[in-house]
Amino acid sequence: MELAVRHQTTYRYATPANQVSLLLRLYPSLLDCQRARSWEVTVNGTPVTEFPLNAFGDGEGFYHRRGTFSEMEIVATGTVETQERHGIVSGFLQEAPLPIFLRQTQLTQPEAAIRALARSLTESEPIPRLHALSARVREAITYESGITTAATSAAEALALGRGVCQDHTHLFVSAARSLGIPARYVSGYLLADEAGHALRETHAWAEAWVDGLGWVGFDATNGLCVTEMYVRLCSGLDAHDAAPVRGSVYGTTEIGIQADVMISLAAPSGSQQVQQQQ
Amino acid sequence: MSFFEMHDPAGSVRDCYAEVQRWIDDTGVAGLHRRLDEAEAIFRRIGITFAVYGEGGDPERLIPFDLLPRIFSRLEWQRLDQGIRQRAQALNAFLYDVYHRGEILRAGLIPQDLVYQNEAFRPEMIGFDPPGRVYSHIVGIDIVRTGPDRFEVLEDNCRTPSGVSYMLENREIMTRMFPDLFSRGRVTPVDNYPAQLLRTLKEVAPPACTGDPVVVLLTPGSLNSAYYEHSYLADLMGIELVEPVDLFVEDGRVWKKTTAGPKAVDVIYRRIDDDYLDPLAFRPDSLLGVPGLFHAYRSGGVTLCSAPGAGIADDKAIYVYVPEMIRFYLGEEPILANIPTWQCGTKDGLAYVLEHLSELVAKEVHGSGGYGMLIGPKSTAAEIATYADRIRANPSGFIAQPTLDLSTVPTLGEAGVVRRHADFRPYCLVGKRMRLVAGGLTRVALTEGSLVVNSSQGGGVKDTWVLRD
Amino acid sequence: MLSRTADNLFWMARYLERAECTARLLTMGQRMAVLPGSAYRDEWRSVLRVTGCESFLKGSGPVSEADVVGILLLDPENPASIQSCLVRARANGRSVRTKLTQEMWEALNMSWRHFEGCTVADALQELPVHLDWVKTRASVFRGAMETGMMRHAGHDFARIGGALERAQMTLRLLDVKYYVLLPETDVVGGGRDHYQWTSVLHALSGIRAYHHVYGGVHTPAQIVDFLMVNRTFPRSVAFCVDQMRTHLVRLAKEHGARSSCNETADELFALLKAGRNGVFIERGLHESVQHCLLLTNRLATEIADSYHF
Repeated sequence: MELAVRHQTTYRYATPANQVSLLLRLYPSLLDCQRARSWEVTVNGTPVTEFPLNAFGDGEGFYHRRGTFSEMEIVATGTVETQERHGIVSGFLQEAPLPIFLRQTQLTQPEAAIRALARSLTESEPIPRLHALSARVREAITYESGITTAATSAAEALALGRGVCQDHTHLFVSAARSLGIPARYVSGYLLADEAGHALRETHAWAEAWVDGLGWVGFDATNGLCVTEMYVRLCSGLDAHDAAPVRGSVYGTTEIGIQADVMISLAAPSGSQQVQQQQ
Repeated sequence: MSFFEMHDPAGSVRDCYAEVQRWIDDTGVAGLHRRLDEAEAIFRRIGITFAVYGEGGDPERLIPFDLLPRIFSRLEWQRLDQGIRQRAQALNAFLYDVYHRGEILRAGLIPQDLVYQNEAFRPEMIGFDPPGRVYSHIVGIDIVRTGPDRFEVLEDNCRTPSGVSYMLENREIMTRMFPDLFSRGRVTPVDNYPAQLLRTLKEVAPPACTGDPVVVLLTPGSLNSAYYEHSYLADLMGIELVEPVDLFVEDGRVWKKTTAGPKAVDVIYRRIDDDYLDPLAFRPDSLLGVPGLFHAYRSGGVTLCSAPGAGIADDKAIYVYVPEMIRFYLGEEPILANIPTWQCGTKDGLAYVLEHLSELVAKEVHGSGGYGMLIGPKSTAAEIATYADRIRANPSGFIAQPTLDLSTVPTLGEAGVVRRHADFRPYCLVGKRMRLVAGGLTRVALTEGSLVVNSSQGGGVKDTWVLRD
Repeated sequence: MLSRTADNLFWMARYLERAECTARLLTMGQRMAVLPGSAYRDEWRSVLRVTGCESFLKGSGPVSEADVVGILLLDPENPASIQSCLVRARANGRSVRTKLTQEMWEALNMSWRHFEGCTVADALQELPVHLDWVKTRASVFRGAMETGMMRHAGHDFARIGGALERAQMTLRLLDVKYYVLLPETDVVGGGRDHYQWTSVLHALSGIRAYHHVYGGVHTPAQIVDFLMVNRTFPRSVAFCVDQMRTHLVRLAKEHGARSSCNETADELFALLKAGRNGVFIERGLHESVQHCLLLTNRLATEIADSYHF
């Protein structure tokens, strides 16, 4: 499948900023199940150069600018070819040791309720067990936006019983790790959600390690393993760690962020070439 | 009875202390006290008032200085020198290994989880080759002496060990006040340390550096307890003392903001914790640091000394395995012994420690500065019981060691020379080659019988001599 | 030199100078307030106006000495108050502690807590003593800088900061008091004006110096000449600007290039030279002073830009 993506993030500042630094993890991972056919990341129209892959095998770009400006517009755009691999995510160019993904962070601290949820799983085979965990997470946290924030922990979201994909993913990785299963947080894009609605923002899901298979992607929000409709950008121990955009601004305060993701089936490659020649 | 470093077993003055003994006799106790007052007045005037080892407390406090030097003979130092270098080399080899293939873990010599699940292990560093493969450029090793021929390592400091300015200042004040003691040239100088440190830092310049490397010292700022040391070292090396706001990253390089515009920086001797180096890489909630610094480092635009993540090598839980590291990486037997250590995180260790707590020294794995530790033989039953509860609540957070029969060194007391326990911290420099100045910082527990040398708890400092003959 | 270091040294000197200038203004206010008719002239208000601190007044009506002492001496929130100038000077000095001599640091370090916990009533009781103390501290600091500080770029930045602040204070003082120096104003004539002029000279410690230059005769044109154009009186605008020029030239040499601030300082100096012999009064004292103030502000911005503060 070939997916066309345009992801635009706009930051607005109260007064012109005098120094902005951005760490961008907006590069589709190069994997057996996906590769970018074309991809470009720009900030205010200037292309950003990509750094060597980081320790988790993700691409990163860094942008720094001094001067005065009141807005930052980050655009990541291109087409990505994906393949259906039934959730198996393989072919990483760089891999970190597995025990790292057993580390809990502030956002994933497995408090009693999370441990209990993890222990209540009765399945013994790894894949059914992880599917059961995914289903349990989805039951425990009803999808509702606007309730939780970027700082909400897995335990808090579980107590609230409501949240978004970030909360589902945090709870999933927290519970998995508490069972000794290496798990990580993944950020990326999804062509359409379960109901067929196109998503207008980035999506999050989890990857869990299964001996013999490697990393397997679980989208607890939608109750399935990742498919060819997913574009993977980067991973980390939690949402902070796997943020596609991290920024640091001097001399002003941020007054608004606007994110817009457009993802669609790419037009046949022929017509794209015609367009390029124009 | 503890080994008194000034005397041999028969009770007569050892050769290496003979000259100092004569000086003490000639000057007399009253005379020594007068000179001590002068020395303290000088320290206060220059403003050497800072805490060592990040102990916190009042940064403007003066640390007591003891006039009587601690002396090592040439032979004693030879062994220390070899042992320190050996350890510094093994610790750097360990760091390279755990951030690459992890052979020592694969070999089963150190439990994987102890490294990979440790907060001090920085996944961001995996697969990266720092210039010269050096992670810890200044290794401070805390050593105690437990007998005429026995030195044991208390702990390693691989991040940014402090206190070296005391080594330099103590010597300077001694040579200024008592030039006669040094006139025969028997005492090995230490004042070449700053030049050697600078050479070491220049040796690890990044690939992007062309020409003579520009080195800076990065300090958190004037409110930091070790600020005096930072500015002192920067001055002695003739390099700029910068704060995070003075630096920025652009085009993959680090620049300092000067009145003549941006100037490229090649090597950063940083005295800032990993967490506060780069808000984009490490702590997103931190406002401190230089955004993008870590990425400039990883892409070869700058060298950070020490490397982020070097702290995994001096973690108290890893300490136990340093002798294994020496055997594994160097194929040698450790020259300096480790102190036997029980890890409460293991079942056997916990049982032993709880049973013998009254005989042991128990410490928090992540504690420092002598706080949060229990000295069993000097504690009440109630204190021991409370501490045991703390251990039970979080066993892997604690280790315990036997109480050591620490040596004592001659110290100036009210009525004359008294014996006080001391430790020793040499500073081993690691660049393309290793350098070790013959000396270090001796900390002394000024209270009789006390084993705690931390300046925040009644410790003082003294000059340390290594004799040439 | 690090830009931050230059910035800190520049502002350290400026704040300390400002503390002294404010102390001088308060002294002038005291002198003027005891003159007949001072209530009707609202002398204390004009003191506030010189420092640009009128907005700190609560309520309307005549301004009292207590109001002004509260705002200009003690208010920690007011960036122009002596208290906050001392604190800021010290904070700037602390972050470049290693670039200062021990004596300079002591001068800063002993000053900053002086007014902590001091109430307006306390201050009023011994106001002249307090004000003298502030002037003395500033002198001690300048003395320590003069005799002890290495003559590298840091010294230039500190001296420029001090001179700039001093020039601006003289200009602002003239700007608020220009009407007493104008021959056509109706309050002119009679002994009161004489006192008013001399109060201005007093505030700048210039009365004796003035006499040396002009003898015992006070005319508005001569006073303006003295305060704006005279090159021997250290608080005259021309003297301060000339000092800045010297140090800016040194900086330009060290950095291998002249920049816009050198040009602006020269322009300002030429303007002052051309203003001799009552030219400023002819052209309109207020307008002339305003123009000079504008140029000093531009100069400050250009220094910051040129040296990347």
